Amino acid sequence: MVAIEYYVILSAILFTLGIVGVLIRRNAIVIFMSIELMLNSANLAFIAFARQYNELNGQVFVFFVMTVAAAEVAVGLALMVTIFRTKHSIDVDQLSSLKG
Amino acid sequence: MSLNLIFFLLLALIAVLSAVGLLASRSALYSALYLIINFATVAVMYLTLHAPFIAIVQITVYAGAIMVLFLFVIMLLGAEHIGSLHPQRWFLPLALVLGILLLAEAIIIIFTQPNLLPEAQVISSDFGSPKAIGELLFNQYLLPFEATSILLLVAMIGAIVLTKPEKK
Repeated sequence: MVAIEYYVILSAILFTLGIVGVLIRRNAIVIFMSIELMLNSANLAFIAFARQYNELNGQVFVFFVMTVAAAEVAVGLALMVTIFRTKHSIDVDQLSSLKG
Repeated sequence: MSLNLIFFLLLALIAVLSAVGLLASRSALYSALYLIINFATVAVMYLTLHAPFIAIVQITVYAGAIMVLFLFVIMLLGAEHIGSLHPQRWFLPLALVLGILLLAEAIIIIFTQPNLLPEAQVISSDFGSPKAIGELLFNQYLLPFEATSILLLVAMIGAIVLTKPEKK
């Protein structure tokens, strides 16, 4: 088996890429996908540690993270469809109606 | 360099490149396809970490259901090319520098903190099998499991209510 450091570092790299994606992209759907990338990198760390500690709880937790992510995506995309219907854009810079 | 390590590095390279592709591609549609590649690679990594059940769930739920939902919405809205990058030019280098700083911090902590990462332990033969996970899920984690079912129900109702056209 590959040493766990590699998995944790890969997880950190993917998480950082997700954060950079949230920062630089303005399309709400792409920002959403970057968040999925971050969730996924956390899952990778969970699975690696589960293998390392010989504990199945980590894998069960990943299972729950996936369910919550599915629920989040369903509601989030429904929100985006509604926003697009009223604003005709999902560019996050143009959605500034709440700005004082 | 062992064969395992070469295999891992290859997978890691694909995962990182597809993540970069997600950030860099102009069309949201290509971003979604890159993300599917990333999920599939991570699923293969789960297989190498003795998590076959989670790997299959990753493929079916993440790469399958969730990403198809993404693709549907992107195509439905026709929003592929909206707002590809931040308008201010100074923002991109700043974001990259901040990201590299965060990553450097994480790597420094991983390598300098003593006893942070555990030694690999010997695992039983049915580690990560659907049977073992099912037993854990329906005994120790029964209440969270039921709570997730309510969460999914609420998400379903929420999605329907949010997308319902307003009555005139």
